[in-house]
This record gives sequence, C-alpha cells and structure tokens, in this order.
Amino acid sequence: MAILIGKDTRVLVQGITGSAGGFHAKKCMEYGTKIVGGVTPGRGGEVFEGSVPVFNTVEQAVRETGATASVIFVPPPGAADAILEAADAGVHLVICITEGIPVADMLRARRALETRLGKDLYLVGPNCPGVITPDECKIGIMPGHIHRKGNVGIVSRSGTLTYEAVGQTTAVGLGQSTCVGIGGDPLNGMDFVQALELFNADPETESIIMIGEIGGGAEERAADYIKRHVRKPVVGFIAGRTAPPGKRMGHAGAVISGGKGTAADKIAALETAGVRIAPSPAQMGDTLKALLIERGLLTAR
Amino acid sequence: MKIHEYQGKELFRKYGIAVPRGMVAFTPEEARLAADKLMQETGSQVIVVKSQIHAGGRGKGTVTRDGKVLGRGVKVITSGGSHAARDAAENMLNGTLLTIQNAPNGSVVHKVYIEEGIKIARELYLSMLVDRDSRRIVVMASTEGGMDIEKVAAETPEKIQRGYIDPVTGITGFQARKLGFGLGLTKEQVSKFVSMLNGLFTFFMKEDVDLIEINPLIITEAGEVLAGDAKVSFDENAEFRQKSHESLRDEGEENATELEAKRADISYVALEGNIGCMVNGAGLAMSTMDIIAHCGGKPANFLDVGGGADEARVTKAFSIILRDPDVKGIFVNIFGGIVKCDLIAQGIINATKTLGLKVPVVARLEGTNVELGRKLLAESGLNITPASTMLDGAQKICALVANPS
Repeated sequence: MAILIGKDTRVLVQGITGSAGGFHAKKCMEYGTKIVGGVTPGRGGEVFEGSVPVFNTVEQAVRETGATASVIFVPPPGAADAILEAADAGVHLVICITEGIPVADMLRARRALETRLGKDLYLVGPNCPGVITPDECKIGIMPGHIHRKGNVGIVSRSGTLTYEAVGQTTAVGLGQSTCVGIGGDPLNGMDFVQALELFNADPETESIIMIGEIGGGAEERAADYIKRHVRKPVVGFIAGRTAPPGKRMGHAGAVISGGKGTAADKIAALETAGVRIAPSPAQMGDTLKALLIERGLLTAR
Repeated sequence: MKIHEYQGKELFRKYGIAVPRGMVAFTPEEARLAADKLMQETGSQVIVVKSQIHAGGRGKGTVTRDGKVLGRGVKVITSGGSHAARDAAENMLNGTLLTIQNAPNGSVVHKVYIEEGIKIARELYLSMLVDRDSRRIVVMASTEGGMDIEKVAAETPEKIQRGYIDPVTGITGFQARKLGFGLGLTKEQVSKFVSMLNGLFTFFMKEDVDLIEINPLIITEAGEVLAGDAKVSFDENAEFRQKSHESLRDEGEENATELEAKRADISYVALEGNIGCMVNGAGLAMSTMDIIAHCGGKPANFLDVGGGADEARVTKAFSIILRDPDVKGIFVNIFGGIVKCDLIAQGIINATKTLGLKVPVVARLEGTNVELGRKLLAESGLNITPASTMLDGAQKICALVANPS
C-alpha cells in the first residue's frame, strides 16, 4: 500500500472549523480521502459539509469514528498541544501542517513522544505540505491533480519543490508511490531516515527522490543510512547552494550556522553514499529517468 | 529577534544571573552621569564604555564619523574620570561602527553602555541554544573566552565542552558541576557557576530564547562569576506570548526592506546580484537562486511570496524587489498548487502597470489554470517573457540581463 497512507486510512482534521482546515479538508474529500471527523474544542456536535461530525476532543473522535490518522491545522499557539492530543488518543499517524510553532513547544512535544516515534506513531511535520498516495489518499495541502500513481517515492523538506519533483516525475512517465513532505522546521517529527526506511521496505516504491536543503544534519544522516541499507536508486537535490551563511531562508530550519549545514557538505555526503544529484531543480525527473535506464530498470524510449 | 547587550543584562539581573554594574546612556551627558554614579558606588576609577549595536566584534571594530576614524567600539577608561567617559561616548554616539560581523556597511551607534571596570582573573566562554540534531538544549562552555567560538570549534574542538539538557528534567546539578569543573573552576566558583546556569536555563525556557552567548564569562580576581557580555536572541515564533519583547526590538538594526516584507508576510533576504526573484515556497525560492547561478546569473534576492499569494501580495513583492537599485530583471517562478495561475498572471500584469516596470520580466507559471495564465501574459503587450520550465526561465532571464535589448 505505498507508505503511511492508502485508501483505507481514516482521517481526522484538527482545526476543521478554521478557514485553512475547512478549505483543505474539503479538497482532501474531493480527492477521495476518507475524512471521518473533525475536532474543534467547543464545537462538538456540529457537522462539517453535511457529513463530517465535529468533536470536542480527539479521544472522542477516535472512539466514535475509528480514525487512524489526524491532520493538524491548528494555529501555532495550540499546535504542539494538538500533536500531543492526537498521539494520546491513539492514532498512528499525525501530520502537522501548521507553520510557526515556537521551538520550545516542539522541543517538549518531541521529547514527550520520543519513545514512540517510528514505533507505534509517526509524526510528519510541522510546517509541511502533508502526505499523498496518488489515487488513494491525500492528507495535506498539496495540489492533488499533479500526481500520478507510480513507483517513485518522494521525500522532501520543501513543499513547492516536492510539487516540482512530482510534476517532473509525472512528465517523464514515472509517477509516485507516496510523497512525504517532512517540513521546513528545525525540530520536526519524521526525518529523512524514517521516510527512507519505509520507502526501502515498500514493494511499490522502486526508486526514491529526496529533496533536502541547507541547515542541520538530516541529509548527512540520510546519506549514512542510504550507504548502509538502500539499494534502490536514489536521486537527491539540495536547495540553497547560493544561500549566504547566517541568514534564514524562509524556512525556520534553513540556515547555515557556524559553517555547518551547507549545500556543498550535504551534496558531498549524498554522492559518497551513491545518491545521484540532480544538477538543477528542473532536472530531478530527467536525472532519475537516466539513472533508471543506466541501471537497466527502465528501457529508453 | 536580537537584542542589545544592555537589554540582555537587564534580563539577566531579573533572573539572578550575575553581571557587572552598568547603565545605558543615549547622550554624552547621560554617559558622564552614569560614570559618576558607578565610580561613587565602586570607588574605582575604571569605567568601560561600550557601543550598543547588535553585531559582535565591537572591541576590535572601528567607529568613524564623516570619514574620520574616532576609535574602537569599546573603550576602557582608567583615568580622567567621568569626563573621559563622556568624551568616549561622544566619539561613539552617532558614529558608524564597523566590525567583522556587520561589514561592509556597519551600524550606527545610538546608545552606549557604561559599565564598571572589573579585575579579571580569567575569561571563559558560555552559550546556550537549541541543538536540532539531538533535539536538546545544548550548553557550550570553553576556556577560550574572548575568542571567536567558531574558530575555536574549527581549530581546537577539544577546548569546547557540551552539556545536553533534557527539556523535561531541566539542567541537572551534575551536568552543571561537570561543566564547571571542566572549566577548571574552584569549588566556590563552581557553585556560583551552577547557580548562573540555572538562572540562564529558567530565562531560556520562560522567555522563548533561542540563543544566549556570554563571551567572555568573567572570573574576577575576587572569585566572582560574571557575565561580561550578553548576546541574546528570541524565537520569533513565540512573539504571540512574549508581548514584553516587542519593546526590546530595535528596528534601526534590521534591514528596512526585510522588515517591510516581513510585515506583509513575505520572506525576503537581500543578496548581491542583479536578478530579482519572486517565488512561492521557501525551497523553490532557494532553488530559483541556485538555478540562476547555474545559468551564469546572480540572484538579487531570496523571496518567498507565500502560499496564499494574491494580486496584492504579488504587487507588494514586486515593489520590494524593485527597492533594490541593482535589479536589472525579474524572474517570476510560481508553482501554483492551490493558487490559480491566471490570478498570479493578473497580479504580475497589474504590478507591472502600477509600478511602471522598466526591467524585463520572465514568468514561469505552472499548476492550475496555467494555459489561461500564459495567455493573459502573452496578450498583455507588456515586456513579460513566458517560460515553460524553471530552467528555460532561468536561461531567458540570464540572457536578457546579460544582453539588454
């Protein structure tokens, strides 16, 4: 079933009565996602779009709907608490779209979930576009129509660059098994390694595109994991080769500090691990296609 | 959000973190009065006058006014009393202080900090920040005080000790003692150091701090442990619950265009090239800079117009880009997911007309209603070149800027 989500995933929307939550819940439903309930404290008993029950607590929502995943559109002041509430209520996947959560809140939330993450719980995000398994389930804010069912797993710290990779893999006739946006914050849930583990074990995923950016050491850890465990073809791209040090480039996590986290270091680490680096963000699809042909996994047309 | 040393030290006092006595002064006369008061309190003639700007490296930096070099950013007064302090302040105030951290423009000094002179036995280093890889708060301590810590980390990494703090337990006694003894402190000094770390950690968590750097951390001849400097910055995501921090903001220290962009929910970073970029999404915005460089051009800025880009935002983004006189062309790179391309195209057309745009624009639009968007641009009769992919767009704008028609 690709990874993380599929046609049987039952989804709650935390913050469904807010404008972003409501808008994207509707878009997800139109895509075919099973949105089984919404949560907004104090709005329990209401019905969203004529069919989706709204609950006061995630616990009650899970109990009454059998939800297995929850997506969070709660504004920053309450978002970390919403993550903890979803985890406590027993869903197995929490996807947090919210951008701008205080670092101290994520520090505590991550710590509280530390022993569970990657075991009975996955947290994707925050500050991410979400997860999509084409034609089955879309949980997040990505445009559904650009995706096409296929065998490329995509994992990325950036939203629009994921769309770029999706558009390009669709254009070269490949398509995606699942796309995971892990988000642009310095402290997030799922990292590249967790996503790579899942893609590596998934029979529907035959190749992988990973899109990193400056800041932190997540790409270096991914390179180390790929070197030891991944035999599927991997194409990489790192954004921010031209970014000046010490400046935050939009994402809270995209900053080169103390000379650490440069694009050059990350590219070198990935190349050492056998990852093929796309020379430009416009060539992720072509680079992957060429790599597949080179490995005899695709015939040139 | 960064604050000044004097503001940091004020907060340190509130949390029981020992600092030397000192007062901020906005005029030479205030500086003289502050120096008088300190000299009375301490009975010492030694006074330090410190320029207050956000950038580090002040002691080695140079103050100039009207092309004249007036001295360093920090001056130690050993004789001449409060009048000497007044003169030192006069030299710094309204001068431009250039340090290794704020080159090439420097920062104008609008206030000075008048501090008691300290008899220093040792200069150490201490900092506290969030470590994203371990997902802990890390305390870094080093015997190499007064040095550039990045240099220490690169050349003699064994001279930096680290303690990782679990946000649940907070800083534990043994961790703090280990760092203290590791710095070669005596038993009495260690207990003062532990108390300082506890104060710093409380401050860090309570006020959503993202960096505290104390360089130097001073051990006085009398064995006191004092914060000789206070570099503090706050997590901007927590502004909603840290209302008191707003009054600490010094807008004069921020890039005016970046500040204006931020108020319009646009992420903008000025760079040194001549090709303006307008992009949606931070990753795509960074890659757009990269692909321009890849094609031989130089990006003038990073700009993420945000997910909810509408006509007004597009116009605002254009006006921000054009604030930079070096911009000789603009590359618009939008992967419209939820946002419709025809609306973006209309925004570009209106912005071009409203702002009387003189430089060429290359627009690459992808996503919903892309055909309609391209048609609008093609039929606008304006100097807007459509591009089919981001590579095509980058090549086109680089060519247009290199060979203006």
